[in-house]
Amino acid sequence: MKIKIIIPVIIATFVFVAGLSPLMAATTPPAQVRIDQLSKDFEPVEFDHASHVDMVGDCGECHHHTTGTASNDPDCMRCHNSGATGERVACRDCHAPDPFSADHLKTTSEDRKRYHRDLLGLKGAYHRSCTGCHEASGGPTGCLDCHLRTEAGDALFRAGKYTPAPTDKAAGH
Amino acid sequence: MSGISRRKFLTCTLVGAGATALSLKTTDAFASAKLEGYPDSMGVLVDLGRCVGCRSCEAACNREQHLPAPAQSFDDPSVFDQTFHNGQKRRTDEQAYTVVNRYEPTATDQPVYRKSQCNHCNEPACLTSCFVNAYTKTSEGAVIYNPNICVGCRNCMIACPFNMPAYSYSSATNPVIKKCIFCYDTRLKNGLPPACVEICPQQVMTFGHRKELIEIAHERIKARPDRYIDHLYGENEVGGTSWMYLAPAPFEEVGFDTTMNNEPIISNVKDFLGTVPMVLAIWPALFTGFHLLATRKHDIEQHGDDHSAHKEEEKKS
Ligand code: SF4
Ligand code: SF4
Repeated sequence: MKIKIIIPVIIATFVFVAGLSPLMAATTPPAQVRIDQLSKDFEPVEFDHASHVDMVGDCGECHHHTTGTASNDPDCMRCHNSGATGERVACRDCHAPDPFSADHLKTTSEDRKRYHRDLLGLKGAYHRSCTGCHEASGGPTGCLDCHLRTEAGDALFRAGKYTPAPTDKAAGH
Repeated sequence: MSGISRRKFLTCTLVGAGATALSLKTTDAFASAKLEGYPDSMGVLVDLGRCVGCRSCEAACNREQHLPAPAQSFDDPSVFDQTFHNGQKRRTDEQAYTVVNRYEPTATDQPVYRKSQCNHCNEPACLTSCFVNAYTKTSEGAVIYNPNICVGCRNCMIACPFNMPAYSYSSATNPVIKKCIFCYDTRLKNGLPPACVEICPQQVMTFGHRKELIEIAHERIKARPDRYIDHLYGENEVGGTSWMYLAPAPFEEVGFDTTMNNEPIISNVKDFLGTVPMVLAIWPALFTGFHLLATRKHDIEQHGDDHSAHKEEEKKS
């Protein structure tokens, strides 16, 4: 008798929670997101999430199927045909900041049947998502359009005060 | 873990050479049995369609390998317009173990950028051609060399099908070969990806087990046949390489040699290797010969090979 009552309660709770999280995420998007993964060579980027929400409108454009909206990619839709598949909304929750670490490679190696084993890392996901869209919509695509370089970054690129003295040897012939 | 020892390689090759004498078929079997390389070899899958030509990878390599300052900033795109005689594009040299070049294939409306560096062959021709055992193929897949053993004979430069080893001119008395080592010392042997792979904003390069990268590459082609030429360059070329490429346009239009055989270059240097025991006996005479050859080649290159001529000019200026 008791079990018959408990099961529907569990199911109801599950449905409620699963339904709520994406909904909550969708209704309270952050106005700004600080992206500081490259902070050694570049200053953190203060990503203006709010203005991108206004511009793009559709969360699924960047968040695929994780924000309560269904994906726009017909390939994803074959499995993720409802939007309520993910409770993870932040990019880093799926796109690993260290996609080539020994630990990460081990997990993907052990799970070779996983469909998403060729998933982009966090940095690749950001750049390919941003630049792809920026290219198509005429947004900025130059590195320094979004990133300010640190002094270490200038040294790395031999730019700024680290720019090599001009010589005529670089001109080719 | 140690790599293929020179002796083991030589033994295999001599066995192979012996087999050639018996029957051609046996040699084929030998070659294909060796094609897989080390089972746990790591590799890099380079997806040219993703590259935006930012040259961060060149900068990262320069920092990681403590290479000298380049002639121009790494964020200066004017280098893509540089061509040398016969329209040859920039090449790797002793100051740059990797370079990115721009191509304009007819099949795409966007330019295609191609990063080049040592491909870390499964059966490295540089290794087999080196008669002082300066090279090692490590179990992680890297082809590394010991500069203290290198005598600067430049055999490997000539043997490499991809023209990767460069000759260091910085020391006239102790010239050595310089090339990409897969960041072996500082990264690969500690389970870390190379510096260029790590810095790339576009994830053009995927680092992983070579075997799995081959699967992933074919999955990418299958998922987006419109985006890729149906070929994984380096899967089989010259016996397979650790660095492999996917391209959105025909490979010959984006800087690849598509006339490459699937046989390792080993077979070409086999005859040379057969003479190695003899080398030990007549070393001094032979070495003088190599020296003469090397200086002669050098003279020729000053007139014939644009890149070396370019370097010579750099030295003078
Ligand atoms: S690409 Fe050239 S230098 Fe690199 S491993 Fe192959 S033969 Fe050797
Ligand atoms: S860092 Fe990546 S995107 Fe930039 S040039 Fe190198 S391979 Fe291309």
